Amino acid sequence: MMQSVVHTVLAGLSAGMFIWLVASGLTLIFGVLGVLNFAHGSFYMLGAYMCYTVLRYVGPDFWVALLIAPLSVCIIGYVVERWFLRYVYHLALPYQLLLTFAFVLIFDNLAKMVWGAGSVTPPDLSTLNGTVSILGRNFPVYNLFIIGVGPLVAAGLWLFLERTWYGRIIRAASSDREMAASIGVSVPALFTAVFVFGTWLGALGGGLAVPYVGLVTTGMGETIIIEAFIVAVIGGLGSLKGAFLGALVLGVLTAFGTRFFPAFDMFLTFILMAGVLLVRPQGLFGTAR
Amino acid sequence: MTESRIRYAVLAALLLALAAVPYVSGKFFVYLTMRVMLLGIFAVGFNLLLGQTGLLSFGHGAFYAAGAYGLGLFGAYVTPNPLLGVAVGIAAAAVVALLVGYLCVRHTEIYFAMLTLACGMMVFSFVWNARSITGGDDGFIGIMRAPVTLFGGLRLPIGKDSQFYYFVLAFFVLAVWVAHRIRISPFGLVLSGIRENARRTEYAGIPVRKYRLSVFVVSGAFAGLAGALEALLESNARPFMAHWTHSAEPVLVSLLGGLSSLFGPIVGGAFFIAMREIIQRYTENWMLGFGVVLLVVIMAFRGGIMGAVENLFGRRSAGAGR
Repeated sequence: MMQSVVHTVLAGLSAGMFIWLVASGLTLIFGVLGVLNFAHGSFYMLGAYMCYTVLRYVGPDFWVALLIAPLSVCIIGYVVERWFLRYVYHLALPYQLLLTFAFVLIFDNLAKMVWGAGSVTPPDLSTLNGTVSILGRNFPVYNLFIIGVGPLVAAGLWLFLERTWYGRIIRAASSDREMAASIGVSVPALFTAVFVFGTWLGALGGGLAVPYVGLVTTGMGETIIIEAFIVAVIGGLGSLKGAFLGALVLGVLTAFGTRFFPAFDMFLTFILMAGVLLVRPQGLFGTAR
Repeated sequence: MTESRIRYAVLAALLLALAAVPYVSGKFFVYLTMRVMLLGIFAVGFNLLLGQTGLLSFGHGAFYAAGAYGLGLFGAYVTPNPLLGVAVGIAAAAVVALLVGYLCVRHTEIYFAMLTLACGMMVFSFVWNARSITGGDDGFIGIMRAPVTLFGGLRLPIGKDSQFYYFVLAFFVLAVWVAHRIRISPFGLVLSGIRENARRTEYAGIPVRKYRLSVFVVSGAFAGLAGALEALLESNARPFMAHWTHSAEPVLVSLLGGLSSLFGPIVGGAFFIAMREIIQRYTENWMLGFGVVLLVVIMAFRGGIMGAVENLFGRRSAGAGR
């Protein structure tokens, strides 16, 4: 029983870290730009496909692929922000959401055209297949690594935003755009940079997911973006701390649901979300509006 | 002739044209017209929420699915009477909308959009997982079109598409008329007030949240009607109906057509379905084509089709005045 519970928690934590990587970029972009990006799940998917492509055609070294793939997706993120999103910041919410939704349609379809409608399997990544015995049952080392990456990204983001000059500027621009502009911050350039950085986080999650899931599909972005949305709502929109905790709770809860009540796994998520919202409508770490 | 008379004449002509469709066109066009009317019912109800009240829901697919599965289950286990089935579908959608709405209406704007999205996806996953009730990913199949019994004795068969067409048309006209009545009612006026300034409306002593919840349930009921009719049309109900990409359809067609008018969403729906057919005729990649069209509309034609038409006429009449 103990063994089963510990393993379920570990599995949940590693699943939660992927949700966190997507939710972190989503939250950062929402917090600074005020735009909710439906296409963020597509960046996750594209990160995975690019990682697969590098592994397949450049070299079998996963770490090289993990370096190159997210950076290549950043170019797409740059195009999206610089030539499209920038022109809808002043528009009503439905236009912003539908613009990013249009990109979901476009990216999903392009991915189908380039990599085929079915799933693709990356070449042999057996070097990452090691396991370690925890309470007498084997657990993949790679999943432990993922459990380490999540907090590392969280700590890095926190240090960057709270302790560096650039972080201070980003926070300034997110709390008052006009004031930041008037003291000489180039807000449009800053927005582009934040969007591209958020894209990188999402694509990094996708790249990391390749050995974890073992196959890449066009649907993977849509699944995770919904989970990231739920996490962002539970944690309080715009709050990175909330997104991190929310992702962990959602990951673990889903793992327990799948393990012990397979018929109701999504229902647990729903009950969690409904419960949080009834008690704290603004989310765990959201500020009351 | 006065302006209102012209309007009635145009409406009567449109209605006649719609009624004549099964007589003058092929099966496929009849089918497509029905799809346009279904999407029209869905979007007209949805626009009471978006255009009238200013609330953007991304979860209306859930109520559409509730209508479809409500009709399917009622037909399979109680009676296949289509009118009762549609009523049950609408009721099921309204109940689900009441539950979801109760959770969601305390928020507005983006929070509301995300909450409705999440709730809608919960319904999707429930439909997907509850195999024994809903048939899971196979969908709920074998929904029959039993004859309609009117006034105790009159039996009208709706088995053929050309017969079922009038069943859909009747509900379409009813739905548009009800939406029109709601828009011009005091209730509709309060909704516009909430859209323009929720705080002032609240200060005027109006319980804003109750009104939001009411219109949410009403628009959910419209979605349920559309879903129930689609279940009859396609003889099945599919989990995809509750998926968020389906929930995005009324948002799309409302924006395509124009938010501010009653008929905008219907025009948008017709445009959407016509475009999908045309794109699909030439390429499998209709999502790509549609995404690009959507980009163009958002970047360049924000008033939608009705807005563009009004602009055109507005400019003309302004030019004539000078």
